[in-house]
Order: sequence, then C-alpha cells, then structure tokens
Amino acid sequence: MLASILTIILVVGGTALLSWPLGKYMAALFSGRFAAADRLFTAATGGAGEQDWKTYSLSLIAFNVVMFGFVFLLLATQHLLPFNPDGQGAASIDLVFNTAASFTTNTNLQHYSGESTWSYLAQLGGLMWLQFVSAATGIAALAALARGIGGQSSMGNFFLDVQRASFCVLLPLAIVVGVWLALAGVPMTLDGAASVTTLEGATQTIARGPVAAFVAIKQLGTNGGGFFGPNSTHPLENPSFWSNLAEMVSLILIPMACVWMFGRIIGRPKHAAVIFGVMAALLVIKLTAAATFESAPTMAFADLPVQQDIGNLEGKELRLGAITGPLWAVLTTATSNGSVGAMHDSLNPLTGLVPMAGMWLNETFGGVGVGMINMFLYIALAVFVAGMMVGHTPEYLGHRIEGREMRLVVLALISHPLLILGGTALFAATPWGLDTLNNTGAHGFSEILYELSSSAANNGSGFEGLGDNTPAWNIATGLVMLIARFLPIIVPLAIVGSLMAKRRSAESAGTLSVEGPTFGVMLFVVIVIFGALTFFPAAALGPIAEHVTLMR
Amino acid sequence: MQYIFPAIRLWLVTFLVCVVLYTGLILGFAQVAAPFGANGSIIAVGGKAVGSELVAQKFTSPRYVWPRPSAVDYNAMGAAGSNKSPTSPDLTKRAEETITAYGATRDRPLPADLVAASGGGLDPHISLAGALYQAERVAQARGLSRGEVERLIEAEATSVGGPLAPERIVNVLQLNLALDRQER
Repeated sequence: MLASILTIILVVGGTALLSWPLGKYMAALFSGRFAAADRLFTAATGGAGEQDWKTYSLSLIAFNVVMFGFVFLLLATQHLLPFNPDGQGAASIDLVFNTAASFTTNTNLQHYSGESTWSYLAQLGGLMWLQFVSAATGIAALAALARGIGGQSSMGNFFLDVQRASFCVLLPLAIVVGVWLALAGVPMTLDGAASVTTLEGATQTIARGPVAAFVAIKQLGTNGGGFFGPNSTHPLENPSFWSNLAEMVSLILIPMACVWMFGRIIGRPKHAAVIFGVMAALLVIKLTAAATFESAPTMAFADLPVQQDIGNLEGKELRLGAITGPLWAVLTTATSNGSVGAMHDSLNPLTGLVPMAGMWLNETFGGVGVGMINMFLYIALAVFVAGMMVGHTPEYLGHRIEGREMRLVVLALISHPLLILGGTALFAATPWGLDTLNNTGAHGFSEILYELSSSAANNGSGFEGLGDNTPAWNIATGLVMLIARFLPIIVPLAIVGSLMAKRRSAESAGTLSVEGPTFGVMLFVVIVIFGALTFFPAAALGPIAEHVTLMR
Repeated sequence: MQYIFPAIRLWLVTFLVCVVLYTGLILGFAQVAAPFGANGSIIAVGGKAVGSELVAQKFTSPRYVWPRPSAVDYNAMGAAGSNKSPTSPDLTKRAEETITAYGATRDRPLPADLVAASGGGLDPHISLAGALYQAERVAQARGLSRGEVERLIEAEATSVGGPLAPERIVNVLQLNLALDRQER
C-alpha cells in the first residue's frame, strides 16, 4: 500500500516537476527564440510566412492528407516491400484504412496484432513516422491557438511549428527514452523472429523487432499503439519495473508541459497554474477511485481454493508491480495515449468505468497539444456560464465571448458525446456489434461503449476482447476517429480567429479573474456536470449494471 | 496547391530524421551497448537457444516449475490476454482446470497469480509464493529434497522494484535452468 502510494507520487509528482522546465522550453521554442533552427526549418520546407486561422488550418489539413495517403499506400503494399523478415502478407483494405486513420489522428486504435500483421517497414516508416508527426500536429495546433488567444496578430506558420515540435521536442526526448528502454532490455533489431527449442523440447517462435525506438515515441506522443498486440503488457515491450517507470513518465510528460507552454505563450502563467490544478484534481480523483476498485479480488475465483490477498490479477503482469494496472489505466485515458499496462477488459467493472470517464472528459491533460485545446473549449463554456450567472458579458483574456463563438464551442463539445452515444446505440442494436463480443451481458455493452469512446477520444485503448477487425468496425471507427480529430482542432482555431478579428478590451473589476480559485472551481464544476449528465445513463447500462448485479 | 508542396517537403524531412536517422541511432546504440536485450534476451545452453529470459514458455512436466496460465498457450507470435471480465463464468471454468492440474484444496489454496492469466499471456515470472507452492511436486519428480528446491527458489527470487514494489517474484525459465543444473 505504502509502496503503491510512493510509486504514484514519484510518477505523477515527479513528472509534474519535469513538465515545468519542459513547458518553459517549449514556449521559448514556439516563440521563435531559436532563430538559427527556425531558418534551417523554413529553408527545408518552404511555405514560409505568417498564417491566419484559415491558412494555418489548410496547411494542417494538407499535411495530414499527405500523412494519411502515404501510410495508406505503404500499409497496402507492405508485402511487396523490403524489411519484412517474417513475411507478413497483405492486410485487408478496411484494416489498412482503419490503421492509417488511427495513426494519422494520433489515436492508435489497433484492430490487429503488430507481430502478426505488419512488416518492420510498415511499423517504422508508416506507423512510427505518424507517431512523430501526428503528435507534432497537435502541439503545433496548440501553439497556433495560444498565439491567437494571447493577442498576437498571426497564428504562426504550420510547417515551421511541426518541425519545431518534431525535431526539438519529440526527437530528443524519444532518444533519451529509447536509450533507457534499450538498456532495460527492450529489443532493437531488424532480424526476424527467433526460433528456440524449449526445455521440454517444443519449438517456440518469438517475435521481436525494432521495438525500443517504437515504444519511446509511442509513449511520448500520446500515441499508444504498441509494437506487439498486448502493448506494454508484453514482456518484450515492457520488460521490468524500471522500463515501466520510464514509460509511465513519458506518458504524461508532454501533455503536462503543454499546459505550461500555453500559459507562457499567452503570458499568463498563473492562469496555467489554475488549469493545471483542475486537471491534477481530476487525475487524483480518478487515481483514487481506480486503485480502490482494483484492490477487490477477481470475482470469478471467489468460491475456489485460491489465495486472493493482492487484488484482481487477471490481465496483469507481476514484474510491473501491483499499482501499475490502475495507475496506467488512468494515465493512459486521462491523456489520450491509449497504451496499456494491464488488460482493461479484465479490470473490475467499476475500475473499467474510470478509463471510460477519462475518455469522455478527454482533457485531464489530454493528448499532446489537443488536450489543452479541449480544455480551451471547457474554459470558454465556464466563462460563458459564469458571465450569464452574474449578468456580465463573458470575457476571456480580454476577448468578448459572444453568440457566434459559443455556437462553435457547443458544436465541438457536443460532437464528442454524439459520436460515442450514437455509435454505441448503432452497434449495440445490430449484429455489427453483437456478433463481435467476447463477454456477455452488461460487460458486452461496455466493450462496445469503450470502443467508441476510445475512437472519439482519439485514445486507442480498448476492451480488447472485442473482435473488432471487421469491415463494419474498421470503417465506422475509422470515420469516427477522423471526425473526432479534425473537428476539435479546426473549430477552436476558427473560434480564436473570430476573437482575433474583434477589438480586445481591458479587463475590468467586473471580469471574472481566470487566475484565482473561484475560476478553478467553476471550471471543475462545468467539466464534471457536462460529463456526468451526458454519459451517466450509458455508464449505468454498462459497468455500473455489471457491478451491482455480479459483484458481491 | 500552395500547401501541397511544403507538405510533401515536410514529409521528406520528417521521414529522413524521425525514421531513418532516429531508428539508426537507437539501433546502433542498442546493438553495441546492450546486445543481449536488443536481440530478444535469448538464452543459449550449450550453443542452443532454449528460450527468451523475458518470454514465458510452456511447462507441463512435474519436473519443472510451471508459469502462469496463458490465454494464447504461450504463443510468442500472437500474444494476448484472456480479456474476460473478472465476473465471467468462463474464468471460473478455466480456474477450475488449473486448480485440478495443481491438485489444490481448501487447506492448500493456490496463490492467485498461478490462476490468473497475464496481460500478454507471456509473463515470464511467478510470485515467490507461487514457486514455493510447487516445490514439493518438483522435488518429488526429481528425487531432490524439498529443502534443496526451496533454497534454489529463494536464490532466484528478486524484488520487483526495490522499495517501490517490494513483492518478490521468480523467473520461471531461469529457475528451471537452475533446477536442471542442480541435477546434473
């Protein structure tokens, strides 16, 4: 118990400390403090010049089209290309679509097992490349948003921002983590699977590959797509307690730093501290809940001669320590990472609800860059509600929030539950979903609800029992991921573009200060009420129903 | 069109740096600094590869200590967990088979890790209690004393993460190799 609490403090608290200097550095980087590097980057791609919200968004879309198109082609033709030592064959076209959409959108939902589906070229040149540039796209979008809302006249330049994020933030961190993982025993080879003769004389073929490089950026960029099927529960992807620590720290480091980066670019670090505090409070609540629920033993073994004094062990790895299951489950869904350190399908019912709640809210630090952008939508909502309550024109950082902006905020916020609940209703009522379940009853419903929550939150984790490599699931979740990625990036940029066009007013005594505890409480309440009211009925049908009917 | 050309050039530079350069760097480092791990932690005995230290393999003979159950029968080309809910009757059924195999009774209940399948189905470790539970069977099958087997198990046991995770675990393959060496 004490050891578990120490681990949580070290991982969450330690990363929070690290995030402060990183955020400071990122703010300097995106404010053009490194002119020599910027000149080099501009020369590399061309397309220089200041951009407004429209041209910035168009550049973002153009690059994301290239990302999707290139990787789609690479995945579809992998069986004809080199670096395929295990002879992986052609994948179905709907799986290729789903996977290209999944990694372009920073989701990394995986309807396949890497070791039996993709060649090394597909994994490195396709998927790992997207793990860098999709993360960089998110960070770039946040930098643009911060510049606009902070009062600068332009949003910056997308092509420059992506290179800053890729080469000056993600790459150096990935090298550090990759080296750490290699030293901890994660494989890094271009050789194919190893064949061994076991002590009892059987033949065992052991998949391996260039895993260390892949896993480092998987964790850092809130990507989450594992090299192997069972992700970071696989002993070659996460061989020890020490590799596990590095992977958990990497999981939340950049999302945390993004808050400080935002605060510094807008010149309001105290405001960032309030936002950070709200996110941290939500995180602590979720951690406490998950750790408590998961300490209940495996119900299915209750009447059997089994010593159960250490909680639910189904789907967990001993070398990662007792707290990793619930801790990782919360961190990976608070951010939009989606890697797993234990099988979520086998979590206790109420523990399984916690990661779902994380994906429904999707801004407890959230995805790199986009988590803070989601939070911006909640901030606008909170400021608006607070303004209405006291009968004062809602303002945020001197910008008047009016009908036009609020319509866009609501559009972006509502799209999230609409995709999740609408999709769940469709798949829970048709053979598309019902024929793919691994568990019956309420838990089966949870499998469907989880899959759509994960797609819409661009998270990528799953209740992996679901047999989701079907054309219906591949196409539907592919579309959900694409809508749920680009709508919540482009719409906030449009909102800020609209605010930039208006004259900024000075903050008066009547303006709600965004730097104090009142605002923090307001923001917290808006998030919880919005999330709880929207998703409570679905939660009651899934995990809560399973808990009250089957847990004793 | 004005966006497509910079986007394609951006593809080129990010691909060269983040895929070619980065992979080469980590690959070179790992192969030089940690070649054992970099190639899959493959253990060889007398020049023959017998398994990976990090990947569970199947043991059914009473002479060997058995690993945790695997939802994929220790298939290291298609690792996975059971993905069953902890309330699922399927899990109860699977556990009953495991309990029969060990001959566990209410007076001598099985440690939970020997009944619960791991996330990847390839967990190379069992708990110290899980190893000691099997000492009697292994000792009998090998004609060793129970004390000898228990001493070997204690020698192989390590803590998961020092003060942060003090529980002790045993690598099944390493322990079984040590048992084979003991007998020779």
